[in-house]
Amino acid sequence: MTDLLEIRNVWKRFPMGGLLSRAHIDAVQDASFSLTADKPEIFTIIGESGSGKTTLARMILGLEQPSEGEILFKGQSVSRNMNREKRLEFMSQVQPVFQNPFEAFNPLKRIDRYLASTARQFLKTSDRAKIDAAMDDALQKVGLSLKEIAGRYPHELSGGQLQRCAIARALIPNPPLLIADEPVSMVDASLRMAIVNLLRSLRDDFGVSVIYITHDLATAYYISDRLIIMQKGRIVEMGDARVVLSDPEHPYSRLLKASVLSSEDAGQGKLATNPDMVAEANRLATMPSSRLQERPDGRLVRTYEGA
Amino acid sequence: MDTVLDVKGLKAYYLMKYFGISREVRAVDDITMSIRRNEIYGIAGESSSGKTSLIKVLAAAMRPPLEVVDGSVRYHFNGEEIDPTTASKEDLKRIRWKHLSYIMQGSMSVLNPVRRIERTFADFAKEPLGLSGPAFRERVEQHLSSLKLPPSVLRSYPHELSGGMRQRVTIGLATVCHPEFIIADEPTTALDVVVQKEVLSMIREIQQKMGSSVVFVTHDMSVHANMADRIGIIYAGRLVEEGPTRQMFFAPKHPYTAHLVASLPRIGDTTQRPALEGKPPNLADPPPGCRFHPRCPLAIDKCRTDVPPLETVDTDHRTACWRWQDVRPLDGAPTGKMEAQL
Repeated sequence: MTDLLEIRNVWKRFPMGGLLSRAHIDAVQDASFSLTADKPEIFTIIGESGSGKTTLARMILGLEQPSEGEILFKGQSVSRNMNREKRLEFMSQVQPVFQNPFEAFNPLKRIDRYLASTARQFLKTSDRAKIDAAMDDALQKVGLSLKEIAGRYPHELSGGQLQRCAIARALIPNPPLLIADEPVSMVDASLRMAIVNLLRSLRDDFGVSVIYITHDLATAYYISDRLIIMQKGRIVEMGDARVVLSDPEHPYSRLLKASVLSSEDAGQGKLATNPDMVAEANRLATMPSSRLQERPDGRLVRTYEGA
Repeated sequence: MDTVLDVKGLKAYYLMKYFGISREVRAVDDITMSIRRNEIYGIAGESSSGKTSLIKVLAAAMRPPLEVVDGSVRYHFNGEEIDPTTASKEDLKRIRWKHLSYIMQGSMSVLNPVRRIERTFADFAKEPLGLSGPAFRERVEQHLSSLKLPPSVLRSYPHELSGGMRQRVTIGLATVCHPEFIIADEPTTALDVVVQKEVLSMIREIQQKMGSSVVFVTHDMSVHANMADRIGIIYAGRLVEEGPTRQMFFAPKHPYTAHLVASLPRIGDTTQRPALEGKPPNLADPPPGCRFHPRCPLAIDKCRTDVPPLETVDTDHRTACWRWQDVRPLDGAPTGKMEAQL
């Protein structure tokens, strides 16, 4: 069995302060997980801002180098010193989708030009018919068509359509892995489900694995197969999405679940969070020595020495 | 009934003239609503539905090309009536912060990055409060402590505070003068779940303590579920349904509302959720009849030609749909008990 993506004890350390300062911050600490190539899955990374989830995604994309540890994609190390050809090859296999579609596209540039230049770059062809076919094919996958998009500027499309175009662009080289960094947090509620359902159909119908980064537990439960929960750079819980979210074990995971606003008790004004839960989660974040321990149901939970 | 704000038949359009061709965008089209004392009124709607334009009119922050074309807006503060669309600058200055205040979306764009928090407080609140020096400082510190902020934040610059703390500072700014009417425009969209809940409970707590009215705008229905006493749904510039929170969630009478509450994913449920097809209408050229008909599963011929009026279907519950009697909660909608805690 080969791994599509393997993350081995990855650390990322950023220096803080001026030239003489020795302070640093560990944005990602000792992260390890792998995605198998045999079965496509949606792997979710959950955490609040500052938990290191975006840094981890940037390292997988090769935009950031790990300070320690290794990231292997199909057995090959993802590193900055790839030559241009290898880098293109890697980029055609791992594609990003970003948070805000209005910022991802230049407002003065037509959408189809983005799609066309991606197709030209990765399919290494300048045959107009082939490029159009590839664009239409990718747009069909996200429920749009080239006829609708051709000649349109970003402001002419709604946020949901634009985000779908961003996903279509990422799908042009037929990548086995898509990295989606909060793809729905800027999209309206009524269109959010369209994007989430699309990620689901990419997995089920087109065999694309997705790393889905979010802080929304409800959509994570809805689509993901496995997940990790990160707190201040550390993975605190990892396992099957349904198992972990139905009954989270780590105090931080429990706090996250308790903070989800439910529509079941609409109108009752239930908003109080137990302050002890917050205090406990914050206390554990500062505990120095800890390790992940396996539980009988297959999940990994961080345990702390002397806690 | 003790109302603080009466909006009657309000129409506010963006009127533009390019090269002699005039164009109008009907952002707010014939909205009638009233806000009572001591309640949280939630306004829901997707982006470009006109909710921000409505808020601009209510907050007296209208700038051309947005103009009120028809209708009236009336505040009742201390027995005094004031219309924010026609009031003079002096009158508006008098009611701002003391009676009418505003919590904005991005805390970073409200707080001046090169001024300490205490200076910002002095700029905003010193004049309306009419306090000087130590008395003012004491009042501010007291108010901040009720928001669980230590007095030391007054000496900080905005960048030194976390996102949640900054948002609490802006809530503090908006509430320090104990206003009767607060407009909150997506105050928690940029925040994480844990912080979001904390900020929301703080807004609710402070509203209950002061007995003021809050108009709370967001597109996130799960926030409305837990915050609002009543909810108004805006679609393409029109109020399409309005009612008490529980009724809106468990017995919606407009297909758009039914869709909104059913599309919320929940932990413990993986059934496929339907997404609403089509895209929001262009307000420069809205569809005739009911503006929701191109996306509506219940649409009949009448919906394509006639505009449905906002009719009362239950106590406090109004809807603008020709077929409201046929609207049923969709699959996957929350199933709370209507009777509980009403």
